[in-house]
Amino acid sequence: MAPPEAAPLAGRRKRKRRGAARGGAGGGMAAALLLLLLLLAAGPGPGRADAGQERRDALREELLLSPLPTGDVAATFQFRTRWDADLQRGSVSHYRLFPKALGRLVAALGVRELHLALTQGFWRTRYWGQPPLQAPAGAELWVWFQPTVTDVDKAWKELSNILSGIFCASLNFIDSTNTVIPTASFKPLGLANGTDHHLLRYAVLPREVVCTENLTPWKKLLPCGSKAGLAVLLKAERLFHSSYHSQAVHIRPICRDASCLAMSWELRQTLTVVFDFFSSGQGKKDWSLFKMFSRTLTDTCPLASQSKVYVDISPKTKEKELLEVSPPPTSVHEAVVQGDKKTYAVYDLLSPSLFNTSRSLNVQLKWKRPQDSSEMPIPTLHAQRYVAGYGLQTGEICTLIYNTHPYRAFPVILLETVPWYLRLYVHTLTIITKGKENKPSYIHYQPAQDRRRPHLLEMLIQLPANSVTKITIQFERALLKWTEYPPDPNHGFYVGSSVLSALVPSVTAMKDMDVEQSPLFTSLFPSSDGSSYFVRLYTEPLLVNLPTPDFSMPYNVICLTCTVVAVCYGSFYNLLTRTFHVEEPSRGGLAKRLANVIRKFRGVPPL
Amino acid sequence: MAAPLVLVVLAAVTVRAALYRSSLAVFIAERVEVASPLNAWKRVVEGLALLDLGVSPYSGAIFHETPLIIYLFHFLIEYAELVFMITDVLTAVALYLAIQDFNKVVFKKQKLLIELDKYAPDVAELIQTPMEMHYIPLKVALFYLLNPYTVMSCVAKSTCAINNSVIAFFILATIKGSAFLSAVFLALATYQSLYPLTLFAPALLYLLQRQFIPIKLKSKSFWLYTMQYTSLYLCSLVVIICLSFFLLNSWDFIPSVYGFILSVPDLTPNIGLFWYFFAEMFEHFSLFFVCVFQINVFFYTIPLAIKLKEHPMFFMFVQLAIISIFKSYPTVGDIALYMAFLPVWSHLYRFLRNIFILSCVLIFCSFLFPVLWHLWIYAGSANSNFYYAITLTFNIGQILLISDYFYAFLRREYYLTHGLHLTRQDGTEAMLVLK
Repeated sequence: MAPPEAAPLAGRRKRKRRGAARGGAGGGMAAALLLLLLLLAAGPGPGRADAGQERRDALREELLLSPLPTGDVAATFQFRTRWDADLQRGSVSHYRLFPKALGRLVAALGVRELHLALTQGFWRTRYWGQPPLQAPAGAELWVWFQPTVTDVDKAWKELSNILSGIFCASLNFIDSTNTVIPTASFKPLGLANGTDHHLLRYAVLPREVVCTENLTPWKKLLPCGSKAGLAVLLKAERLFHSSYHSQAVHIRPICRDASCLAMSWELRQTLTVVFDFFSSGQGKKDWSLFKMFSRTLTDTCPLASQSKVYVDISPKTKEKELLEVSPPPTSVHEAVVQGDKKTYAVYDLLSPSLFNTSRSLNVQLKWKRPQDSSEMPIPTLHAQRYVAGYGLQTGEICTLIYNTHPYRAFPVILLETVPWYLRLYVHTLTIITKGKENKPSYIHYQPAQDRRRPHLLEMLIQLPANSVTKITIQFERALLKWTEYPPDPNHGFYVGSSVLSALVPSVTAMKDMDVEQSPLFTSLFPSSDGSSYFVRLYTEPLLVNLPTPDFSMPYNVICLTCTVVAVCYGSFYNLLTRTFHVEEPSRGGLAKRLANVIRKFRGVPPL
Repeated sequence: MAAPLVLVVLAAVTVRAALYRSSLAVFIAERVEVASPLNAWKRVVEGLALLDLGVSPYSGAIFHETPLIIYLFHFLIEYAELVFMITDVLTAVALYLAIQDFNKVVFKKQKLLIELDKYAPDVAELIQTPMEMHYIPLKVALFYLLNPYTVMSCVAKSTCAINNSVIAFFILATIKGSAFLSAVFLALATYQSLYPLTLFAPALLYLLQRQFIPIKLKSKSFWLYTMQYTSLYLCSLVVIICLSFFLLNSWDFIPSVYGFILSVPDLTPNIGLFWYFFAEMFEHFSLFFVCVFQINVFFYTIPLAIKLKEHPMFFMFVQLAIISIFKSYPTVGDIALYMAFLPVWSHLYRFLRNIFILSCVLIFCSFLFPVLWHLWIYAGSANSNFYYAITLTFNIGQILLISDYFYAFLRREYYLTHGLHLTRQDGTEAMLVLK
């Protein structure tokens, strides 16, 4: 669909040209010449490019509102910019919808796929269900590079530094001590020729705090900024007053059409936020857009080719309709998402009928009667992780993985990245399911190197139906140099979330959908077939205390230890260089001789 | 003589076997005083597990044993407890035989010197009698086998026991006069933990003395023998290192074992001086101080060789003590080795100045280590300085103990040549002073 503003743009340019010609005839020669020069230099280029590219990029935006079983509400924004151009060729100089900063980055550093997520809070899968997109607490970055990139580590370092600048995040702290190369967990989500995992880099910064300063640059990448469309709802004072906030950027190459002969680039900006209304909203679970964002939707982004709001109104139990949404939706969409049959009320912001009745759209949801929370659905796959043990010498990382599927077993890939200062002992790794040892069918372990590389443990574990698998591994806490501790050393050290990737068998059969037509929230992860769906889960990050030296006494320690060494040196030096002598009566020191001289004068016998 | 030794061995094996079966074994194995990053059994098991996973054990920062140790335990992992008990017994027997032989040498030398009238006339009470010397080898074995430090080291399955065993065999070979075996065992000991390199000097001195080669820089036979011994040592070292290379087909073990020993990256607390010092060190001085601290082990060797060239065994003892004080990851097992030699110098007892205080210091520190560790790591009511203070005191105690023995040794030598009852020029009782 042609963006509506293409025509006015062209028109404006024509008018300007005409104006310049008139100015030249009229007078004010200098100004006119200058304008002419400018136009000659800049005018034709974009003009030519426009003609070809107008129809080649498109923006789709959508908002998914889903009430969570606990009474919280999750809002997931997705903005997808798709561009039918080959960024890698380097011939692209004119950017329209696709942000130039990211486009140049992809071209310059040979990025094939880029996934960056900045998250505050933790998605509680057990209570909130499977998220459309989960991210670990803190910052997560994983990138596939092109096979043409020779020095991947250098490109990775450069990339993380540039992204750090673009998103005002501390991504520049990504270095070899927190970067790993997973072999199985992270496959390319877009088009990929080979999956040589040496082109992949993955890093998590669990300590990263996400705030407004990260949201503003993220919003600036949107074609309409936060001026129009769904993005008007993104107000920092509301978004960060929530129990979970996750913003992400995904760049990947995709097939241009079904035949997949040419490549397009896709930029997805997603933002998920969970509002806790149950505790902050006087025990009521009712919500509206205004209550959540203190804004309503008034107009659409003129650049967007699609702009929709989905509200999850799927009934929990078949017979009772528990909730009602107002205003009435433009349509109802039914789909099988993550193994569940879901019903969505759809508001198409581009349909003229929507803004006809009222000037703004404030979606509201009311529960008809209070819901009993006992019948909370439990997701098929969820996990939990904690640190066991006491004291500051050793400890144990325990991960519990639940498969609640009644009759299907499925495998899960567990990725564990542990910083080097927790020294993992892989021989203590135990995996126990239903009281029996569960042997992983694939295991990749890369031990840490002090101050250089973290531990990486990847395992493929078969989860039997209706089971809990307990994975434990022991570690030893290292004593670091005093300069290696953060300013608040007794706060503890974070260990990034472990990543679970699985193809979860679905209870309900899914239909093959056309990716371009289906809602965005269903289409990031490729679905293999109708019987299972892909899930990536992140467990809790861990906070581990390490023994600390006394930070106030480097000088004392240096002095005292050196004294001990000097005691050894001194006594050995004495014994080695001197020999035993019989103590002879000496002629006395200077004082004695002086005294004797005086005594001589006095006529007293000498001492 | 063999019967008491068998008894001692039986007692030692019983104690170890009982401790292996008790719940104390786990507690002892976790103690940082007993197991350092270099020789902890947990890390040996980890190395073997990594090998099983197809990962090079040296690709991580956990495993720092030599390739020969991996291959030894690759086959003997099931019998580890037995291996460590046998190692301890072998060490004790080697020390027993070595000291037995050494005593004979001492006795002969004493006899020769008396016959040559080299001793002062009134030193009869300083002369070691065969009666006194009879039980020394047994006492050495006893001191080694039943020393709580050795017992704990064995129960924790610290590979320090293996290093000690190699050093004991090296001493035995040296005393027996076999230059070849001595060089081979010295190369093995160097290969295992690097620092025994310094024992080259006392071994060479002892062998020269045994061959009646005068230690003179101008003498040709001295240089010939030295070159011979050096080349034997270097050849065996090269052979062992190449063998390790062929076992794993990579040189990774060199930085992972020797680099780890020399650059001290792991600051896990132990009884040594390095850990807290480098935890608190300013980053840009770190390299300088690593050099300064490492040089301590090697630094005293040449002056000691000059001063003690007539007494290579005492030199060996002092050098062993210096290694165990100044090595980067010391454990109580290292201390046990040089403490086993204390009965050999029991005739110095009358000249020791503060043996009572020093033994008290060492014993009390040994008890305070676990107490202060508990307060720091588990109770949280103390901090790292408490444990550090104890390591300092313990090391001061060791240093003073060794210098006291050194002092006593030199003093006895002086009395032997100058007579026990020294008089001044004016005939009064004289004091002996170091000048």
